[in-house]
Amino acid sequence: MDLQKRILELIEHDARLSAKTLATMLEEDEDKIQKIISNMEQDKTILGYNTVINWENIGCDGVTAMIDVKVSPERELGFNSIAERIYRFPEVRCVYLMSGTYDLSVVVEGDNMKDVARFVSHKLSTLEHVQSTVTHFVLKRYKQDHFIFEEAEVDKRLVVSL
Amino acid sequence: MSGMEAYISDVVKSIAPSGIRKFFDLVAQAEGGIISLGVGEPDFVTPWHIREACLYSLEKGYTMYTSNLGLPELREEIALYQKRKIGVDYEPKDQILVTVGVSEAIDIALRALLQPGDEVLVPEPCYVSYAPGAALAYGKAVSVETYDQDQYRLRPDSLAAKISPRSKVLILAYPNNPTGGIMYREDLEALTDIIIKNDLIVISDEIYSELTYDGQHVSIASLPGMKDRTIVMNGFSKAFAMTGWRIGYACGHPDIIGAMTKIHQYTIMCAPIMAQKAAIEALRHGEDQMRKMVEDYNYRRKLIVNGLRQIGLECFEPRGAFYCYPSIQKTGLSSEEFCERLLTEEQVAVVPGNAFGDTGEGHIRCCYAASVSNIEKAVERMGRLVGRHDNQ
Repeated sequence: MDLQKRILELIEHDARLSAKTLATMLEEDEDKIQKIISNMEQDKTILGYNTVINWENIGCDGVTAMIDVKVSPERELGFNSIAERIYRFPEVRCVYLMSGTYDLSVVVEGDNMKDVARFVSHKLSTLEHVQSTVTHFVLKRYKQDHFIFEEAEVDKRLVVSL
Repeated sequence: MSGMEAYISDVVKSIAPSGIRKFFDLVAQAEGGIISLGVGEPDFVTPWHIREACLYSLEKGYTMYTSNLGLPELREEIALYQKRKIGVDYEPKDQILVTVGVSEAIDIALRALLQPGDEVLVPEPCYVSYAPGAALAYGKAVSVETYDQDQYRLRPDSLAAKISPRSKVLILAYPNNPTGGIMYREDLEALTDIIIKNDLIVISDEIYSELTYDGQHVSIASLPGMKDRTIVMNGFSKAFAMTGWRIGYACGHPDIIGAMTKIHQYTIMCAPIMAQKAAIEALRHGEDQMRKMVEDYNYRRKLIVNGLRQIGLECFEPRGAFYCYPSIQKTGLSSEEFCERLLTEEQVAVVPGNAFGDTGEGHIRCCYAASVSNIEKAVERMGRLVGRHDNQ
């Protein structure tokens, strides 16, 4: 497997692995690893680094909605230009083009339901080419980006065994 | 009644309690916040598809006994697996016995083979159950030392030096717990003449076979003239992260498997059916996830060996299992002292080498089935302890 791919597989699950640690794990030179990462950051192979947060733990009850959007594609531009108009809004966390009964899946975050409702009614559904929207509010998050919310990571093994 | 000691059988009394009981007591009393590199099992939970297969079998009502030998479809899968992995054919009908872990397989093999006073050659350092297993079968364990400079491979001259007219069984446990040493094909080839000439039976405990980081694991059973005199033992604990399921197996000559089955049928009856069902799933569909786990161990292996060397401990590169086995002799502390101090002063648990035989003195066993951050923290803390004793 090539080195780029191996680096990506490792930092996909733990973005905090340092170049030094990666170099040891992959038996490569630290500078070389650093350079590959920098290159991948520049060419947007690595878009950024996120933290997966359970906001409820500190009493922040934001809301997330997944909105199914039907649009009429534009001549020559297809879905891309309407998608761009949607993803420019800072409230929008993700936009995907979907197969099936609707076209774009839009994930929106807000402080409360009213925020999200306002976004949908004032901004999203008023866009030209948007034909309809169906808004689903997230009631509970169980798992996100491989992390499970409820289950604390407890090592259940005996401290010492032979 | 008090003082029931007199009722205990001589053979059980003869088994020495673990020399590191004091250390275990200390660990048991320790408060939270300890980073443990002292475990002997994977840090992965059994892959979900395997757990789910077990749940499904329970839903379908598979709660009964199986044949003594184990479910026929499991034995068929084991035969295919062994053919694929070590290139040896075993007949599912009478050459494979499903056991409650390799531990049971070792016990019943020794009981099936040994006459009172027969000797079992045990390369040390090694896992703790071989010598007591020999004693419980009225045999006698004879330790054969292996050395750091040989990367803990068994040397033919060391083996030859310990052979007596009573020698009957040789135990080969590679990849090795606690050292992480492996035996390459040529190392095994160098032993077969001695084994055949002295008419030894080999118990080959290959539980860590999938955790081989330098080429493919080689079983001594695959060498010319060795299949019939070797009992290959393997299981699911390490490769498929299934320690608590207690499921393993033995493959060998029908006469030996038959004799082992006699003991197994009267003492165990059969391995639990739910674990057998899970094991079938593991063999049929578990290879991909298992490879990922092995790859992950390999990354951490490099990390810990590098870390231990950087804090100044000598550590040969382990090429199997998930342990490394550094020397702590430069600190001037005994293995147990080092481990006790590491636990109480730095809150890191590792296992003293002398838990694995007297030859383990001067070493510690560090298990790297732990998270990257815990490995890094543990090595840093160990470095502080080493630093405090470096000049003494």
